[in-house]
Amino acid sequence: MSGDLSEIWVYLSTTPLLGLTLTLIAYQAAFWIYKRLDFHPLANPVLLAVAMLAGVLLLTGTPYATYFDGAQFVHFLLGPATVALAIPLHAQWPKLKAMAGPLTLSLFAGSLTAALSAYAIGAALGASRESLMSLAPKSVTTPIAMGVAERLGGLPSLTAVLVIITGILGAVGARYIYQWLRIEDHAVRGFAIGIASHGIGTARAFQVSEQAGAFAALAMGLNGLVTALSLPWIMPWVEALLKR
Amino acid sequence: MLQALTILLVYQLVGEVAARALGLPVPGPVIGMALLFLTLMLRGGPTESLRHTAGTLLQHLSLLFVPAGTGIVLYGTRLADEWLPLTAALIGSTFLTIAVTALLLKALGRRSRHPETPQ
Repeated sequence: MSGDLSEIWVYLSTTPLLGLTLTLIAYQAAFWIYKRLDFHPLANPVLLAVAMLAGVLLLTGTPYATYFDGAQFVHFLLGPATVALAIPLHAQWPKLKAMAGPLTLSLFAGSLTAALSAYAIGAALGASRESLMSLAPKSVTTPIAMGVAERLGGLPSLTAVLVIITGILGAVGARYIYQWLRIEDHAVRGFAIGIASHGIGTARAFQVSEQAGAFAALAMGLNGLVTALSLPWIMPWVEALLKR
Repeated sequence: MLQALTILLVYQLVGEVAARALGLPVPGPVIGMALLFLTLMLRGGPTESLRHTAGTLLQHLSLLFVPAGTGIVLYGTRLADEWLPLTAALIGSTFLTIAVTALLLKALGRRSRHPETPQ
């Protein structure tokens, strides 16, 4: 009997079925908790689902690569979902256009703050150069952040993890910052979380309102563009300035 | 549903090809989003089926980050080695970025228009 069970396990661990099913179960369990807690930001579904899955992988000794063989089908949908952001963006276009000037200035200020403050805090507390260069692009969507980190001499794979943590932090913390600073406009709330916390922040913004989601999606796309174009020459300049 | 999903994939494909062919620093799906946005501006809006499919995908956007997020299991030791500067930098910088962006946008928005004016 136990021989049968281990055979079943050997079979399951070599098909993508298990990783895919576990991802969907973990997310639905996480979302159920999130809903039960009245969409409280601390019960963020990405955070809860990742914690559950990481726990299962560590307890069963399953390599991440084996898990990802199944989970990649979910991961793949990030591409079409990103394209689909054009629809809420189009729906909110009149309001976006009316705020074009303020949005552009806030975009540059937020983009610079994200990279420079991460660098400054990390450097002050003694992070290695590799870590600092992996931290600098942490506020933008994973593929852009990894490319920028590589050009700066950081570690792209470490950047991928820092990007995810940044996203979860923003999704969990934004509401408290907005309450403290008395920011009520959903357009402003969405735009700021999109600048700081890319797609995970945008996902949280869509759970709040379509308007917040559209502004977050715009901010995420624009900050990706600004960061990709500016950081490769800003960061070496900052480093040279600090060494003098 | 099937037609809408095909449209999204075609735009992503065109975006990926454009990003690679032109050596753009932006990922293909982001270019696909920009192209679909331009198409919607020209056409005057999405079809009902495209709106519905996009809504379904975006409703569960959080789910799509779970597989990449679980990759954190690979970096336990590296994160432990430099946990203090990394944690402080991530928390401090993320919250500061949200605050700076939101305060500036609120201040600039108030100057350029009446905040309570409905669109």
